[in-house]
Amino acid sequence: MAVGIRTRQLRKIYTSPPPMAAGAARGVGFSLSKREKPRERIEIVALDDLSLEVAAGEIFGLLGPNGAGKSTTVGVVTTRIRPTAGDAWIGPHNVWQERVAVKRLIGVVPQRPNLDFGLTAREILTFHGAYFGLSAAERHERANALLDRFRLTDRANQLLFGFSGGMMQRLSIARAMMHDPELLFLDEPSAGLDPQTRLLLWDIVREYHGRGKTILLTTHNMEEADALCGRIAIIDHGRVIALGTPAELKRSLPGGFLVRLQFDRVSEEMLQGLRRLAGVSEVRGSDDSGVDVYADRGGSLVPEIVNVATAAQAAVRDVHISEPSLENLFLHHTGRSLRE
Amino acid sequence: MNWRTFVALLSRDAHVARRNIIPLMLQTLFQPMLFVFVFGRIMTRSGLMAEQYKSMLLPGIIAVSMVLSGIWAVAMPLIAEFQFSKEIEDRLLAPIEIEWVAVEKMVGGMLQALFAGLVVLPIAWFVMGGVDLDGASTLSLLSIALLVALLAAGIGLTLGCSVGQTQIGLMFSLVMAPMIFFGCTYYPWQALAPFPLLQRIVLINPLVYASEGFRGALVPHFPHLSMPAVTGSLIGFDTIFVTVGLRQFRKKALG
Ligand SMILES: Nc1ncnc2c1ncn2[C@@H]1O[C@H](COP(=O)(O)OP(=O)(O)O)[C@@H](O)[C@H]1O
Ligand SMILES: [Mg+2]
Repeated sequence: MAVGIRTRQLRKIYTSPPPMAAGAARGVGFSLSKREKPRERIEIVALDDLSLEVAAGEIFGLLGPNGAGKSTTVGVVTTRIRPTAGDAWIGPHNVWQERVAVKRLIGVVPQRPNLDFGLTAREILTFHGAYFGLSAAERHERANALLDRFRLTDRANQLLFGFSGGMMQRLSIARAMMHDPELLFLDEPSAGLDPQTRLLLWDIVREYHGRGKTILLTTHNMEEADALCGRIAIIDHGRVIALGTPAELKRSLPGGFLVRLQFDRVSEEMLQGLRRLAGVSEVRGSDDSGVDVYADRGGSLVPEIVNVATAAQAAVRDVHISEPSLENLFLHHTGRSLRE
Repeated sequence: MNWRTFVALLSRDAHVARRNIIPLMLQTLFQPMLFVFVFGRIMTRSGLMAEQYKSMLLPGIIAVSMVLSGIWAVAMPLIAEFQFSKEIEDRLLAPIEIEWVAVEKMVGGMLQALFAGLVVLPIAWFVMGGVDLDGASTLSLLSIALLVALLAAGIGLTLGCSVGQTQIGLMFSLVMAPMIFFGCTYYPWQALAPFPLLQRIVLINPLVYASEGFRGALVPHFPHLSMPAVTGSLIGFDTIFVTVGLRQFRKKALG
């Protein structure tokens, strides 16, 4: 019985700086004269009326740049972050009101591994199983299977101190699967993984999905979203800016190809000239010398662009052609690159 | 409330504590034991202190040992687990209300505090070469021990959810040290009679009631605060620290 996720107009406003920045700003220790500097009111809008619906049994991707609100979304729907307003449901359960019921259904792989340093790799899995009420026999059987699947068996009985980032990431995923949750959350699961392990992860995700489970993963890697997800929501500044299957999203892009150009100078006359070229669907002058051309072809357009530029007494400084991709889609909607 | 999860959480802490029990015990009990040896043995043997001082000292030592190890057992892991790496997250995602995670931490701390008391009582007794415990009442010893263990766990929870890793040293010198020295651990409350103001002020220190409570339970014929007053105050402090601790925990646990 797979379960879905629904959110309605989620808002999250943080009123303190992110933990890392706080540490840096305050330095070490504490200040005795707290009252001296009246705290400036901070308001970070992390989620801005975010509404989403993830169907039972799909692999759903949240794609967005750093700071878009992906982790906050995961935090809210996994009971860990209290939303400022709005509601979220996991299956039939309201996340904030029925937290225990929700926690039974979900497995969470956080963006940064939060593994228990008091335990060995195997114990991390078996204790996690115990929290979820598995019998001792089930715990050991599953732990062994997962350690094997994630290639951790040879380090199973060690504490984590010597573990690489990739090993911890794998263990963290194994732990989330330990109680066989109906819904698996993976927050940037492949961030620290080498290409080979990434492929292993993709296999495991597909296999898990094949057993009728729902998976929500966040990523800023288009390739990954494209390869794994049935549907994707592109989010930025805490809002959904595009939603659909990878193919739909790419089709929605004007033209499909994106030709990014740099000129020494740009004139309105030249932009008009570019718009008239065959196959061009949209031309945007960004700052004073950059121009983005959306078109249904790429390379064959370049000589014609050069001609238009020459006619307008401008010179092309730089050309970059990219094929239809989610990256371009993101750029189209936000004017920014996903990788920034 | 989900017992299987609660027991699993507790056994996780027990499992980790077993690995650290020796260093933890040394850390919290070594200094009180030195004190016992110097003041309870050397000073009394040499006649610098009256023989009776041993009877005053033993209950105070039990109180300080229990309180210190209970606080330490709860606060230190919490500070580490809430830090940066957020190790506690896995337990906050266990299928149980998060408050029970805090309760579990306190139960673990109480068990360690009781264990410390159980270890210290006979050791201190032997180090001092025997202490007269004729009037001791098992029932009041047990009830005081439970109240003191809960006090330590409550303070540990409060500190553990309020203090950052960089402030542990500060916490020790600014909170724990004065608490120990003005906690009537090494002298009975009555000994402060020549300092009426100080005698009043120390009453805000919960450790005073722990020490005096153990005096009332172990050596009732020596002067000590009245047992109903001690019991009432301990219950009051327990309630305060558990309440504040749970509130801090909730605040810290939910972003
Ligand atoms: N605990 C926090 N306190 C304050 N601000 C936060 C906190 N966590 C995230 N933020 C801020 O909220 C915004 C969204 O962050 P996040 O959800 O982590 O985005 P993403 O996962 O997409 O990178 C960012 O501006 C980030 O700085
Ligand atoms: Mg994130």
